[in-house]
Amino acid sequence: MAANYTIPALTEDPDLRETPELTPGAMGHLKPFVAAPAHQEALGFPGTLVDGWEEKAVARLGELLGKYRSLQVYLDACVKCGACTDKCHYFLGTGDPKNMPVARQDLLRSVYRRHFTPMGKMFPRLVGAKELDRAMLDDWYSYYHQCSQCRRCSVFCPYGIDTAEISMAARDIMDHIGLGQKYCNEIIGKVHKIGNNLGLPEPALADTLEGLEEDVKDDTGHDVRFPLDVEGADVLLVTPSADFFAEPHVDGLIGYAKVFHQAGVSWTLSSHASEAANFAMFIGSYEQMHIIANRIRQAAIDLKVKRIVFGECGHAWRVAYSFLNTLAGPWDFLDPKYPVPQHILEFTRDLIRNGGIRLDREANTGMTLTFHDSCNVARASRMGDFEGGQFVIPREVIKASVPKFVDMHPDTIHDKTFCCGGGGGLLTDDLIELRVKGAQPRVSALKQVVEREGVTHMAAICAICKSQFTKVLPSYGLDMEMVVSVHQLVSKAIRLGGND
Amino acid sequence: MSVLFALLYYTAAAVFAAGLAYKIHRYATVPAPLKIPTTPAPLTRTGVAFRLAREVGLFESLFRADKLLWALAVLFHLGLLLVALRHLRYVVEPLWFWIVWVQPFGVYGGLAMLAGLTGLLVRRFVIPRIRYITGPSDILMLLLLLGIGVSGFAMSAVARTDIVAVKQFFLGLMVADIRPLPADGFLLLHLFLVAVLAIVFPFSKLLHAPGVFFSPTRNQVDDARERRHVAAWARPLDQQR
Ligand code: SF4
Ligand code: SF4
Repeated sequence: MAANYTIPALTEDPDLRETPELTPGAMGHLKPFVAAPAHQEALGFPGTLVDGWEEKAVARLGELLGKYRSLQVYLDACVKCGACTDKCHYFLGTGDPKNMPVARQDLLRSVYRRHFTPMGKMFPRLVGAKELDRAMLDDWYSYYHQCSQCRRCSVFCPYGIDTAEISMAARDIMDHIGLGQKYCNEIIGKVHKIGNNLGLPEPALADTLEGLEEDVKDDTGHDVRFPLDVEGADVLLVTPSADFFAEPHVDGLIGYAKVFHQAGVSWTLSSHASEAANFAMFIGSYEQMHIIANRIRQAAIDLKVKRIVFGECGHAWRVAYSFLNTLAGPWDFLDPKYPVPQHILEFTRDLIRNGGIRLDREANTGMTLTFHDSCNVARASRMGDFEGGQFVIPREVIKASVPKFVDMHPDTIHDKTFCCGGGGGLLTDDLIELRVKGAQPRVSALKQVVEREGVTHMAAICAICKSQFTKVLPSYGLDMEMVVSVHQLVSKAIRLGGND
Repeated sequence: MSVLFALLYYTAAAVFAAGLAYKIHRYATVPAPLKIPTTPAPLTRTGVAFRLAREVGLFESLFRADKLLWALAVLFHLGLLLVALRHLRYVVEPLWFWIVWVQPFGVYGGLAMLAGLTGLLVRRFVIPRIRYITGPSDILMLLLLLGIGVSGFAMSAVARTDIVAVKQFFLGLMVADIRPLPADGFLLLHLFLVAVLAIVFPFSKLLHAPGVFFSPTRNQVDDARERRHVAAWARPLDQQR
């Protein structure tokens, strides 16, 4: 299928990244599919745009202002300095000025000023206060669904203003007046009904896992197990459902299983909580996020596990690391020796360090790796017990598994990492134009190390990143198979045996 | 005229204090229901205090974002700080030794402030991205501050003002005694603009000053796995499970 949009040119030298020309309205046409009434009502939202939505939206904004300090402070504090304006990958890839973080915020801020500030009530034009009318609502729907909530802007803002907080609030308001996004809301419904984003029921999951056991047996000769709903296991593994079959995700799952096997730690998946993702974060719904998070608590109680480990997933790790204790804790019934939850990379890295597993780099001969820091891991969570562990630990595991590792341009890694372009509930085909364009900054940096350093593969630790790159890399002339899971590398490198 | 300005200053002080107190109270009482520090973030309260200090004192994030903007912002804010310290001599009697010591720096501060403001203003017109996000109030705010700076300098450079009398006026205000204010054009303009600034402060983007201390992405400790962080409004949800 030929694209009916232009794929942006890659930046040759990211040191000299030029900001694109402003092209007002360039992306105004792009809107994700609207949620059907059934998707909306399953989450307790009105099915279609309600009567009097203008007032109801303002009322909901008022409620949120009293519930979220971030929203209240951020709507006031912006000085329009513009430090954030060239930091968003969607602006860099599209040139649409409404994709500059501050301009994106202003869509909500202008309504806030009109209804909640004395200046906006008295001198609306002077302070850019605006009514919420249909045109504004359309802009909200477009541009709050062109934010992947990656928080890159918040790194650079002198007040830490996080546009993700604003876009979450805007999506919550739109849900409450009956204008939800199909992709997110349909998926959240599936999690409630079936237990995971992909709608994979228990028998199918059991089948898949059995198939994996056979594959690994054929491949390695070892009886590596993929247990499901095993009561009394030590570890409950919660992983994104893409890990159950999509490439390259599933190779990562095989890696986790081999690590558990070799370490001799008993573990299990849960069919009740067969999904690490929590898309409720994307729509800014605390209530939905709470329900989804507590599936994991229930599974941990039912299966009588001692610890919880999360598989490779970006936003899921944010919800797990930063919110799970708040949403679903306290975890006093688990083994206090381990943090709750743990990341699979923390788990594997500890084993590498204390000799619990042994890795053989030669198994990955010919590979030169680079690493994509996923935004939610890099800027919204941590690994390990030191600041910045989320940057060090994945690299340590990769370096232990492959012969050569090269980092991308320093302005595009660690907390300055560029989003893959598909995060925040935008990983849907109806937004493919945005996804391709938004990947431009990351792909530019990738291409640079491919050409100059001979990088052959890029590892990622997020289901969304992996799916997104697999889909968009071909648009830029790169091979989709160069995207790998970190535990796929571990899976190849790990030496099995000696404890069967 | 003295009575008018006395009233203006009492009003300005009242609006400034009440408006700011209201806003700060609001920022402090609206809960932050989730841990959202922009990571890597400090693991301890002390670490957070240092992070905020670097943000407020050195504009750390801005430095990473945009060096030119950072330089202009530092010029302006540091200049403003020196000017403000210099102006303490109008309200403190007897003078503390360091106020005397800081006087000459206050003048450089004033120049730095004007240079910074001019740069910030030019930026708003010549960089298309910045022009796009600039509204009338953003320009007016810069003009207001420039007006204050220029009228201030004019008092010493163009038409000298009897600053001893000015000081008496302000010391008088503090004891509810309205003393005569020299009727100089520049002085009155200067004082008027400062009063306007104080009045709009709690209703404008100047709220970035208190706001930065309440920004959850900057003021939270990274300890989410160790400590629960449940907001009062979220507690009933825990009972439902
Ligand atoms: S960097 Fe922060 S204060 Fe500056 S324009 Fe962007 S959001 Fe506003
Ligand atoms: S959170 Fe990310 S996607 Fe959203 S405005 Fe900021 S930089 Fe852009």
